[in-house]
Amino acid sequence: MFGFRKLTAVAALLGSVFASGAWAEGTVEVLHWWTSGGEAKAVGELKSAFEAQGGIWIDSPIAGGGGDAAMTALRARVVAGNPPTAVQLKGPGIQEWAGEGALNDVQAVATAENWDSVLPPVLAEIMKYDGKYVAAPVNIHRVDWIWASPVALEKAGITEMPTTWEEFNAAAEKLEAAGLVALAHGGQPWQDATVFEDVVLGVGGPDFYRKALVELDPAALTSDTMVAAFDQLRTLRGFVDDGFSGRDWNLATAMVIRGEAGFQIMGDWAKGEFLAASLVPGKDFYCIPTPGDGFVLNSDSFTFFKVAGDENLKGQQVLASLIMSPVFQKTFNLAKGSIPARTDVALDDFDDCAKRSHEDLLKATEAGALVPSMAHEMAIPRSVRGEILDVVTKFFNSDMSSKDATTALADAVARAM
Amino acid sequence: MGSKLGRALERRLPLIVVSPLFAASLVFVYGFILWTVWISFTKSRVLPTYDFAGLLQYERLWSTPRWHVALSNLVIFWALFVVLCLVIGTLLAILLDQRIRIEGVIRTIYLYPMALSFVVTGTVWKWMLNPGLGLEHVMQQAGFEGFRFDWLVNPDFAIYTVVVAGVWQSSGYAMALFLAGLRSVDDELLKAAAIDGAGPLRIYLRIVLPMLRPVLMSVVIILSHLAIKSFDLVVALTGGGPGYATDMPATFMYAFAFQRSELGLAAASAVMMLMTVIAIIVPYLYSELRRR
Repeated sequence: MFGFRKLTAVAALLGSVFASGAWAEGTVEVLHWWTSGGEAKAVGELKSAFEAQGGIWIDSPIAGGGGDAAMTALRARVVAGNPPTAVQLKGPGIQEWAGEGALNDVQAVATAENWDSVLPPVLAEIMKYDGKYVAAPVNIHRVDWIWASPVALEKAGITEMPTTWEEFNAAAEKLEAAGLVALAHGGQPWQDATVFEDVVLGVGGPDFYRKALVELDPAALTSDTMVAAFDQLRTLRGFVDDGFSGRDWNLATAMVIRGEAGFQIMGDWAKGEFLAASLVPGKDFYCIPTPGDGFVLNSDSFTFFKVAGDENLKGQQVLASLIMSPVFQKTFNLAKGSIPARTDVALDDFDDCAKRSHEDLLKATEAGALVPSMAHEMAIPRSVRGEILDVVTKFFNSDMSSKDATTALADAVARAM
Repeated sequence: MGSKLGRALERRLPLIVVSPLFAASLVFVYGFILWTVWISFTKSRVLPTYDFAGLLQYERLWSTPRWHVALSNLVIFWALFVVLCLVIGTLLAILLDQRIRIEGVIRTIYLYPMALSFVVTGTVWKWMLNPGLGLEHVMQQAGFEGFRFDWLVNPDFAIYTVVVAGVWQSSGYAMALFLAGLRSVDDELLKAAAIDGAGPLRIYLRIVLPMLRPVLMSVVIILSHLAIKSFDLVVALTGGGPGYATDMPATFMYAFAFQRSELGLAAASAVMMLMTVIAIIVPYLYSELRRR
C-alpha cells in the first residue's frame, strides 16, 4: 500500500515538475513478477533509471506461481485490448505473442544502438521476430553450474573438481562413503529438468543438445546418446537424499552452504544464497561448470507489447534503450547476481563466478557451444517444454528404463507439436 | 387502484429480487461453461481462438499419460476419501451420541480441522510426513532405527497421503452431519425397539442407520464434489509430486491452462471434469425430484 502511495506521489510530482518535459520522455507500464529480495531491488534499478530520465513508470508487479499469475493477467489485458508497455517475458514465449500480432518492434532503437554487435547471436535471435527486435534482454543466467561445499569435499577427501560425469560420479561416491549427501536436489519438475539438460549437454555435446532439445529431432530424442544421458540421470538420482521430493531449490542450496551436501547442480541464481550467507566464492564455496565445455543460456527479457499513443510509444523506445545501456546492465546484474546480456560491459565489480561465466560465454559463443536452456523456457514453446518435463520428472521419480524414457520423450514431443 | 398496483408488485417482488442474481449466474456460470466447451473444440493455445477443430483436443487429452494418472488418482482419492469419511464420521457420531460428558468439547475438537483451509492441512501434513523432518525422523530418533514411513516421497503411495490428510480434515464434518441426523431420530422408536428386545447393535443397523439415508446422501454429494475439485490440498501437500504421481484433474487443468499455454487441451479436461460431476449429480437430482 505504501509502495503504491509513494508511486502515485512520484508520478504526480513528475507530472507537475516536468509538465512539458515528462510528455517527451513517455510513460511505461511494466508488468513483472520480480517481487522478492534481490529481484525487487534489481527491477527498482530500472524504475529509478527510467524516472531519472523524466518518464513516468507505472509498476505492475504480479507475484505468485513463478509468473503464471502474471501470464494470466497479461492474457486478460491483451484480449481486452489494453496491454502493458513492457512485460517480463522470455524465450519462445516472445515468439508466441509475436505470432498473435500482440507486439511492437523496437528495431529503430536497436539499429541506432547496434544491438546486433553487442549481444550473443543465439540470444539476439530469441529477441527477434521477423528479423526485428521485439524484446530486450536484461541479463544472462548460466544454468550449467555445479555448486560445491569445500567443507564437505575435504571431509570426503576430494581434492580435484570433477570435469567429466565419470569423475563427478566417483566424487559423489566418496561423499556418500563419508556419510554426506552427495547431491543436494529438490524434487520439482523444473529442477529435475535443469539437471537433465546439463547432463544432455555433458553427455552429448552442444550439437546433440541443439538437435534434441531445441530442434526436437525424433532421431536424436531416441538415440543411444539420449539413452546414455538418461542412464547418467539415473545415476545422479542415486546420489540424492530421501527427503528431496518437493524441496525448494534454495533449501537444497542451504544443504551445500551448511556443508551437509557436497554438490548442487543449479543455475547461478543459487549464488545469491551463498552470498547472502556471507560466503566468498572460491574460498567458502566453489562454482564450476558442469562437464561438457558448453554454456546453457537463460536470460530474462522485457518484451514490448502493442501500445498506442505517442507518449506510450516514446516511453517504450526510451525503456528499450535504457535496458540495453551498459550502465543499467551493470547495476541491474550486480543486484540480481547474473551477468550482463551485453558482452561488452566490464565486469570489474563482479565476483569470480560471474567473471568465469562471462569468459565461458565468450568462449562458447566462439566455439558454437552456447545453447538455450530447455528447462527455463529459452529453447522451445511452453507446451512442448511441459511435456518434456513430465517425462523427465516421471523418469526421475520411478524405475522407468532409459530406453522407455527416450520413447516416451519422442511421443510427448510429437503430441505437443 | 393503488392497492392493485401494490399487490402486483408484491406478487412480482421475489422475481425482481432474484432476477439479477439469476442473470449473473446465467452468464458467469452457464455462459462460461458453454464458452469452455467451445474452446475445447478449437486449437486454442496461448490465446483463445474460435475455429472449430473437431475432437483434436480430446484425442490429445486421452493420449497424454499424465491425464490417465490424474484420472486414476481421482478414482482412488474419491473412493477412499468418501468411504473413510463416512465410516469414521458415523462411528464418531454414534459414540458421541451416547450422552457422554463434555460432549461439546469433544465435538468441537473433532470438528476443528474443518475450520482450517486445505492449504494449512496440506502444509502441516507435508511436514509431518516428510521422512527427514516428521514422523519417520522422530521414530528413528526414539530408537526405532528401522522405522520407515516414506509414503509422501514414494510415487506409488503418495496419493494415499492426500487421502489421509483429506480424511483427517473432513471426517469431523461428516460426523457433525450424522450427529444432527442421529439427534433427530425419535427416542420413542428406540425405546420401543429396546422393549421388543433388540440389542444396541441391531437398533443401529436396522433402525437408526436406515433413517439416516437423506443425511447420507447429502454427505456423499458434498464429499464427492470436494474430491473432484480437490486442488489446494494436493498443491500444498505434494505439489502434484513426486513427479506428477499425485496429479488430479483439477491440477492437470491448471498446469495446462496457466503454465503451458494449452487453453484448448485444458478446456477439454475441464469438460471431462464437468461430465464427471454431471454423472453424479443428475441421477441424484432425478431421484430427489421424482420422489416429490
